[in-house]
Amino acid sequence: MKPIFQYIILFVLGTTLVSCELDNVEPPKSLLTGQIVYQGTPLHLEPNRVSFDLYQDGFGKTGALGSNFDKDGAFSHLLFDGEYKMVIPSGQGPFVSLETGGSETSPININLRGSASLNIEVVPYWVIKNASLSISSGTVSSDFALEQIAAGSDAKNIERVTLYISKTQFANSQTNVATSTIQMGDITDINAVSLSAQVPDLVPAQDYVFASVGVKIAGVDDMIFSPTEKMNL
Amino acid sequence: MKNINIIFLTILISFISSCESDTDFLDRPPVEVISTEQAFTDQNQVLSILANLYDRQFSVYRLNDWQSFSDFNEVFVSSNDNLTARWHTNNTWPFGGINNYWTTWDYTYIRELNLFLERIVDSPIPDNVKSTFTAEARFLRALYYLEMAKLYGGVPIILESQTYDFSGDPSYLQVPRSTEEEIYDFVISEAEDLKSLLPANPESKSRASMGAALAMQAQAAVYAGSLAKYGANTPSVSLPAGEIGIPASRADAYYTTALNAATEVINGSAGTYALYKKNPGNLQENFAALFYDSDANPEIIFMEEYKLKFRTHGFTIVNQPRFGAEEEEGGALVPSLNLVQSFELLDNTFAPLATVDGSGDPIYYDNQEDIFANRDARLGGTVILPGSSFKSRPVDIFAGLQLSDGSVIAGDERGQLRDDVPGATEAQQVVGFDGPIGSRIQNAVTGFYTRKYLDPAPGSGRRGTQSEVSRIQFRYAEILLIAAEASFELGDPAAAAGFMNQVRERAGFTIPLVAGDITFDRIVHERRVEFALEGQYFMDLKRFRIAHQIFDGTPVTLNGLKSDIGLATKRSTQPWGLWPYKIFDPASPNHGKWIYKEVLSNRVTGADNWQLGNYYSIINNDILNNNPKLTRQPNQ
Repeated sequence: MKPIFQYIILFVLGTTLVSCELDNVEPPKSLLTGQIVYQGTPLHLEPNRVSFDLYQDGFGKTGALGSNFDKDGAFSHLLFDGEYKMVIPSGQGPFVSLETGGSETSPININLRGSASLNIEVVPYWVIKNASLSISSGTVSSDFALEQIAAGSDAKNIERVTLYISKTQFANSQTNVATSTIQMGDITDINAVSLSAQVPDLVPAQDYVFASVGVKIAGVDDMIFSPTEKMNL
Repeated sequence: MKNINIIFLTILISFISSCESDTDFLDRPPVEVISTEQAFTDQNQVLSILANLYDRQFSVYRLNDWQSFSDFNEVFVSSNDNLTARWHTNNTWPFGGINNYWTTWDYTYIRELNLFLERIVDSPIPDNVKSTFTAEARFLRALYYLEMAKLYGGVPIILESQTYDFSGDPSYLQVPRSTEEEIYDFVISEAEDLKSLLPANPESKSRASMGAALAMQAQAAVYAGSLAKYGANTPSVSLPAGEIGIPASRADAYYTTALNAATEVINGSAGTYALYKKNPGNLQENFAALFYDSDANPEIIFMEEYKLKFRTHGFTIVNQPRFGAEEEEGGALVPSLNLVQSFELLDNTFAPLATVDGSGDPIYYDNQEDIFANRDARLGGTVILPGSSFKSRPVDIFAGLQLSDGSVIAGDERGQLRDDVPGATEAQQVVGFDGPIGSRIQNAVTGFYTRKYLDPAPGSGRRGTQSEVSRIQFRYAEILLIAAEASFELGDPAAAAGFMNQVRERAGFTIPLVAGDITFDRIVHERRVEFALEGQYFMDLKRFRIAHQIFDGTPVTLNGLKSDIGLATKRSTQPWGLWPYKIFDPASPNHGKWIYKEVLSNRVTGADNWQLGNYYSIINNDILNNNPKLTRQPNQ
């Protein structure tokens, strides 16, 4: 009994000593964060819809580290130091793609040495301005103006504008409890658009809702949103 | 010393005696392995290799995988499997389709077809057999490229078996994508060659024939034509080098090719094909029989064959009506009301199923099937309706008893009896043996069952036997509708009406359509109801570029459901159902009559939202890594 016990002690001790340094690799420590902005203002998007690829060359095959932008256009990655290349594929996002020509999107080169922050300046097709959301007797109302940004051959029309009411902070086309939509043809003045929707009975009951306004642009999948606001019923 | 001599002698003798017979003994040809040369010396061997290639033909839609028919709200999936959580998966990019069939990239199959074509050249089999076998393999290769083209647009066209020379530089093996135009042109020109090389034999259903080559040509050309014309509706779905996107100027040429190929089949130059009309007395059963009758069926041009004991599928098992079924299984794919109501009335008009009258009161029907009266016979041939039967056994579909005060008594077990029904002296059955029970799976959750491709043969619903109903790849009705579509697009709606009326007459329509009736919506609608649950509809959504309008992420309201029927871009983001209720009110003349209510299952919570990128399948990173010459898809 005694020799076996000693062997076990020795074995455990040995593996602990040997594996300690050799087996464990330093975890990635450099935090790359950033945001999609237009003239310094964050662009609000639908979460899990607008994707980007992050490449690092020099290690054989170059598969992309992919991820999606959050609802406030932010992203974050914990990485090793190195040279990275970020690509937002053309057709992703409600903004003019950072395309240089051909089918290749122009990459954003990132030389990561320690944590860094990166703001990606884009030209959205449209923006929502002066959005104000209010609630009275169970009806959410919103007033806002629309402004076209992308011009020339990049200009695109609005298809519709929708007010989303949700039980969670994700007030968008995928998770909502009530919507109200106005088609572009029915908008008389893009400088003064209003939408309102009744808050339905919430199951289980809660005394607050979130709301946001989204603009669907013709021929583009991803919508542009106003900041989500929490409102007490 | 003496011993050494003996040993020496023994060694010597063994050398001498073994010397010659060693080669005989050791160099025996293996009995389990056949060399390539041997395989191609015998005609039957070659045929068995070809049979393997036939067995591997690709389709996104397969009878041995019922799930492949389950998307896009033409059916509701009432089965407890991985799909339940995956409804509305076309919300996201990339959408791989069910079991990722939309992302097939089987160049192993292409390589083996190419190897077959190269090796058969030196085979000593008779020349006429050799040329037919060669043409069949070329047909299968073109067919796979056509399926790839539908999913990806342009793909690398590889027509020889590639071999790596181990030089360390594989770049000479990396073929870039063709343009979308080139891949369709390739399929069309292969079909042009093959139609004279393949036998004009309409009896040959599961092997390539002249008719199959022409059908493939017509389908490829009409797809290419519609992509050229309607691709303009989604300008962001294109690639600058043309891997996706066909110039609009080519549309007319493609439609002409399609019309010519279809006309050749219709004129009988590939042998006699005709619409299936063996049972003119019962048009519904006639339409259903088209799919299960393999005995001299004049409509089938090419099919993926199933045969009892060799190659069977369980489509009938998973979709059969539950009551009295051969297994305690069935009702997995139940057609949605969206599909059912799109079948026209016999006066060529569209109407929702009449559940309420003008003032909103329910309409009482004496018999369950009365609500479906005077509709397209294809409805009953495609869907098992309440009041109809399967395998001579009436289905028992009703959701509950409705009392005089409007309240409903229902149950949560199939065929449940309850003795607490007010006004009843004895226990009453409160729900049908076939459902619908919304909280349960595998019953008529929408109020309907699937009929198309269900096999009425005894044993088809048993796991030990299964079904040998074959999947039809090309049939004569599709040729007629391709001819109709091409004629319409070429500005001859009168001819289009003529072709379409042939198909509609078989469905029981007595008033022919005239030139003025033919519109884009009519063309799309006719294909949707004729080919419902066969798979064509899904590819039509893509090539007509209407999917993003039909699946726009907005839920379907009841009013929305009942309006705009027959419109090609009608919203269909959620699958609705239609439940029959029996009136239980002994004092009323309506006692025992039926009313219907539209229902949306509480399991449907999302609304399909088609992403523009999904018009073409994603090319996986693995593939892109192995071949840097491949262009990425739009959105990728």
